[in-house]
Amino acid sequence: MTLTRRSLLASSAMAAAAATLPAIPAFAQSGDTIKVGILHSLSGTMAISETTLKDVMLMLIDEQNKKGGLLGKKLEAVVVDPASNWPLFAEKARELITQHKVAATFGCWTSVSRKSVLPVFKELNNILFYPVQYEGEESERNVFYTGAAPNQQAIPAVDYLMSKDGGEVKRWVLAGTDYVYPRTTNKILEAYLLAKGVAKEDIMINYTPFGHSDWQTIVADIKKFGSAGKKTAVVSTINGDANVPFYKELGNAGIKATDIPVVAFSVGEEELAGIDTKPLVGHLAAWNYFQSVKNPANEAFIKQWKAYKKSDKAVTNDPMEAHVIGFNMWIKAVEKAKSVAPDAVIDAIVGVEVPNLTGGISKMLPNHHITKPVLIGEIRADGQFDVVWQTKDLVPGDAWTDHLEGSKDLEADWVKLKCGNYNTKLKKCG
Amino acid sequence: MITSAILARLDLRGRLFLGAILAALILVPVLNLVVPAGSPLHVPTWLVSLLGKYLCYAILALALDLVWGYCGILSLGHGAFFALGGYAMGMYLMRQIGTRGVYGHPVLPDFMVFLNWKELPWFWYGFDMFPFALLMVFLAPGILAFVFGWFAFRSRVTGVYLSIITQALTYALMLAFFRNDMGFGGNNGLTDFKDIVGFPVQAQGTRVALFALTLIALAGSYILARAIVTSKAGKVLVAIRDAESRTRFLGFRVERYKLFVFTLSAMMAGLAGALYVPQVGIINPSEFAPGNSIEVVIWVAVGGRGTLVGAAIGAVLVNFAKTTFTTGALAPYWLFALGALFVLTTLYMPKGVIGTYAEWREKRRERASLAAHAASKPAE
Amino acid sequence: MRIICLPLIALRRLASCLLFGLVLILSAQTQGALAGPLDEAAALFAKDSFTDTARAIELLADSGAEHAGPAIEALNDRRLFVAADQSVYFRDPTGAFIALATGQKLPAEPAGGTGVRVNNRIRGAINTALGTLTLQSPDPAKRRAAAEAVFKSRSPDSETALQAAMQNEKIAAIREIQQTALAAIIATSPNRSDIDRLAAIEVLKERGDREALTPLNQIPDSASANVKDAAKAAAQTINNRLATWSAVQNAWYGVSLGSVLLLAAIGLAITFGVMGIINMAHGEMVMIGAYATFIIQEIIRQNAPGLFEYSLAIAIPAAFIIAGLIGIAMERLVIRHLYGRPLETLLATWGISLILMQAIRTLFGPTNREVGAPAFMSGSFRIGLIDITYGRVWIVGFALVVFFAVLALLRFTPLGLQMRAVTQNRRMAASMGIRTARVDALTFGLGSGIAGLAGVALSQIDNVSPNLGQSYIIDSFMVVVFGGVGNLWGTLVAALSLGIANKFLEPFAGAVLGKIALLVFIILFIQKRPRGLFALKGRAVEQ
Repeated sequence: MTLTRRSLLASSAMAAAAATLPAIPAFAQSGDTIKVGILHSLSGTMAISETTLKDVMLMLIDEQNKKGGLLGKKLEAVVVDPASNWPLFAEKARELITQHKVAATFGCWTSVSRKSVLPVFKELNNILFYPVQYEGEESERNVFYTGAAPNQQAIPAVDYLMSKDGGEVKRWVLAGTDYVYPRTTNKILEAYLLAKGVAKEDIMINYTPFGHSDWQTIVADIKKFGSAGKKTAVVSTINGDANVPFYKELGNAGIKATDIPVVAFSVGEEELAGIDTKPLVGHLAAWNYFQSVKNPANEAFIKQWKAYKKSDKAVTNDPMEAHVIGFNMWIKAVEKAKSVAPDAVIDAIVGVEVPNLTGGISKMLPNHHITKPVLIGEIRADGQFDVVWQTKDLVPGDAWTDHLEGSKDLEADWVKLKCGNYNTKLKKCG
Repeated sequence: MITSAILARLDLRGRLFLGAILAALILVPVLNLVVPAGSPLHVPTWLVSLLGKYLCYAILALALDLVWGYCGILSLGHGAFFALGGYAMGMYLMRQIGTRGVYGHPVLPDFMVFLNWKELPWFWYGFDMFPFALLMVFLAPGILAFVFGWFAFRSRVTGVYLSIITQALTYALMLAFFRNDMGFGGNNGLTDFKDIVGFPVQAQGTRVALFALTLIALAGSYILARAIVTSKAGKVLVAIRDAESRTRFLGFRVERYKLFVFTLSAMMAGLAGALYVPQVGIINPSEFAPGNSIEVVIWVAVGGRGTLVGAAIGAVLVNFAKTTFTTGALAPYWLFALGALFVLTTLYMPKGVIGTYAEWREKRRERASLAAHAASKPAE
Repeated sequence: MRIICLPLIALRRLASCLLFGLVLILSAQTQGALAGPLDEAAALFAKDSFTDTARAIELLADSGAEHAGPAIEALNDRRLFVAADQSVYFRDPTGAFIALATGQKLPAEPAGGTGVRVNNRIRGAINTALGTLTLQSPDPAKRRAAAEAVFKSRSPDSETALQAAMQNEKIAAIREIQQTALAAIIATSPNRSDIDRLAAIEVLKERGDREALTPLNQIPDSASANVKDAAKAAAQTINNRLATWSAVQNAWYGVSLGSVLLLAAIGLAITFGVMGIINMAHGEMVMIGAYATFIIQEIIRQNAPGLFEYSLAIAIPAAFIIAGLIGIAMERLVIRHLYGRPLETLLATWGISLILMQAIRTLFGPTNREVGAPAFMSGSFRIGLIDITYGRVWIVGFALVVFFAVLALLRFTPLGLQMRAVTQNRRMAASMGIRTARVDALTFGLGSGIAGLAGVALSQIDNVSPNLGQSYIIDSFMVVVFGGVGNLWGTLVAALSLGIANKFLEPFAGAVLGKIALLVFIILFIQKRPRGLFALKGRAVEQ
């Protein structure tokens, strides 16, 4: 060994520095607040959708503190920026739980970000509230899904279009961005449509990459497919960014909602704020909430939000409502359990009921999904939606769809079965 | 004897670097496993994983510095090799899940089950065996780099053109891997791993072992890279970097040197990716994003191009900054900081942290000797 | 409740009708007789169900009342209301309130009015009804639209009205549409003679476009075999013709995609191609151009809405100047220190692009901003069998104008001469008295300004968000490299050929595979011709 004394000294100094690293980011833990993690991208491609969710959470926490906090303590928001980078989501989730000791986290938008943080929440046994409509096929003990499962969005929308009021659609274009949510949703819809007697050649499925911006060919294809004589509709699972050029092209190509209606699952008030909606009047969206829903709770929320954003133009949308419901459910569960300990809250929250913003009472189900109404809205010229149809009762979220081969025998129940993927045929978990 | 042979090749900087790695290799596991959790000296497991992630980036940066710093090939596609290595490891980890997936299918990973795939695609065969997967960690990026390099260097694509087509390469791969029909899980990528060679990936012991392995891989990569650049072939590489045509006219087969070092560097990047995936728990096509590869270039530039050690330090520094700045009130502004860092580094520290430090020390030494000289004069 | 109420209301309505009828003899003749359907329609509107509303529209359309048309139009614009007392009224465009049952002006708006809801089904019914009602409108544009609406709806109810309209139609083009509309009705409705059907199929075949296929595919099952065969043959003929035209269509789509690529790449061809700076912030210049358009439109919307049609014309110089100034600032502050180190410009400009993106995000928020299209850019026209949208035509034209303007600027102006001199031999140029630093700044400003212009065009077809630039940067580099660095013509050829190739690949390979194939092609092409399609020759290219 010819290690010099000096290099040895220096290297041990470096190692010591590395060892003291944890002391730097671990800020002073104050015992008199309850911390709530907010895990939404504030930069990168997803900032466009997620930033408002961060603001909603800050507003809700603020509001709760004005009401006196929770269990006699103030709530404290911990905001991190996972920057639309999926491994960074996992890293930030770990940081929230281990360093900041948050009691629960509200966050994620894309499925991949949720998949990325899942193992972290399971390993460290903490709670995530996920506010976005998604493909289902999942139920985890540590995650609460406050967005729509496919049966709370896609299938009712198709039912509506098949009804007399919806125009008795006979021919379907399933257009989506090529990722797991559209793939799964379209698989489910295809199985559902075939079961409803739609012929195979009356279904066209098309996938485009993320951020696809040149829609000329596809819009022309849709027009072509629609000229076969049967009433045609497009079911769009096109992801956020690509929607604007898609709708612009539709408008330019003169496809009106009365000719070929487009029903979208990822287009809300926020997305429409970036488009001139006059050519789009009558195209549809299926959600569990619309800003235009008239009822006192919603009006109060909109007023509060506009005041918080200090802008009269601020819009509200479905994932925001999901956070409102999720947050209120968490508050109620904590009060019920008299503790913020994740295990206690997970046990307490199932069955908790809170009012949603559309006039109903949403309930947390044993499969960690919630009950929601399904609303179909038509785009208005002012960028809002007209509710043209709505389910009579709230629809319970179904984690495992009945329309797919692999998942129709699965069931999730965290109360009785203590299992997220119980196979009813094999009578065992997993 | 081998150690002394290695050490003989190292300068002071290299010895310091290896010394630090050795110290970390001993200290971090001890401080994590032995020192009780309450102690201020305890290194929590999350930090071990985080450091492990930084070290993977350090290996990647080292690999890039080998081709860019010493051979002048600015690859804007090294993220692709990193991701390929990661995917090879990810596929192994997916196969290890076995029946523990949500659908309990014995062979098919979950994402294939719910997309109604009936059987495993051929390119997934063999990934249930660790040695095969390990081989692919090196072969997949290696072969791609070899084929790509063989075409590119033979037709003398250099400089900016080469950079742009490496960018096209990683961009095309990103688009391809995003396609669900490719059979790599599309945007969701590969995730929810259970265990690696029989050890649960989440366990503390596994994490520490992975961290230690990453350190060893970093040391190994460094020693190998150092051996290459100090060898005779290394001198040729530098000659190619500084005057390619002249080197060719002197009779060296330039493209062979380039191809060798490019392929080797790609394999190193693949190894980094393979170590990265079990530690962060996910691999997805966004690793192929051209922006990621550009970021790697920036780590190298920040640390100091053509110094090897600098590249590794740059990677750790920038990523540490990223971790720190993306939390709390600073979160919306961290891109400003990152952007400014790149601009300022290129403008004011073209040699990076290491180079600037060396320069500063050189100057100080010069000044000291001048001062000593001056001091000795009046005594005359 | 309702069962009891309805007759009561109807009775009262009838009474009021009769009263009006006494006073106003003129209207009494029509209305007195037609009070039945109008009242029924009003009652149905009040029920607030889409099925009833649709039925009400039919009743209204068949009533023949003078205000039926305005009332249906009002429903379409949501100006038809149900008052608290279940009476139905609408607001005409002048702002007056008119009772549906009587067609009379109301002294004031009835209390508690709620709008009658409309959905796509109702809109369809409205179009059909309006189509029938306005077939004989004095306005030719309305008549044309009405004939088109009937052609689309193929409702047998419109047949009589259509035939009456054809008798009086003077304009041949409209008559032709009416004829095809009639043919569509005959071809698709039940109980027609074979001779009528065959003649109708012939007319549809004559029209020969995609819309004509729809009725041809909907021949009822009751039709005889030879009618079905004729329809099939006609559809086949049309399909064949469409297939030929689809190549033209793809070529046009390709040209229009190519022109977008061209616009995005011209600026880069200058900063990268001429100056050798790997400008990763180029995409952000495009984005800034788009935001400049947004700002201009916002100012116009607030201060001078009448100028909206000219907003893009005003945005063009504004975007050029704003992006150009930012470019010059970038060059003066950062890039001039990095000349001769092209790869390091990549790092610095990447840093700048991050800063600019985040700055825009902080200033304008992360969400999309709305940039509207002036009327002359929306809609489409038809050449042969393909639809071409005006917006795309303008973009293609704009791209070419920008391209030739830049070409002329480099060729024929002193600044262009100096630019070329500096890039070819900087020291020689400096010796000849050219202020190279100034020329550098102006060249970079020009490249950035042109990127800003691209932003104006892209704001019409893409998201105006902080991420806008990111999606074009790689494509732009590919175009410049493929075309040959330093050669503007190469950029033009590369942009158009990549655009066209992409659009011909897309129908059968899909959007993603098509793009991958092109990237692989470019990678291979660069191996074959390392300096692009049109390489610069001479010493300048070595290093």
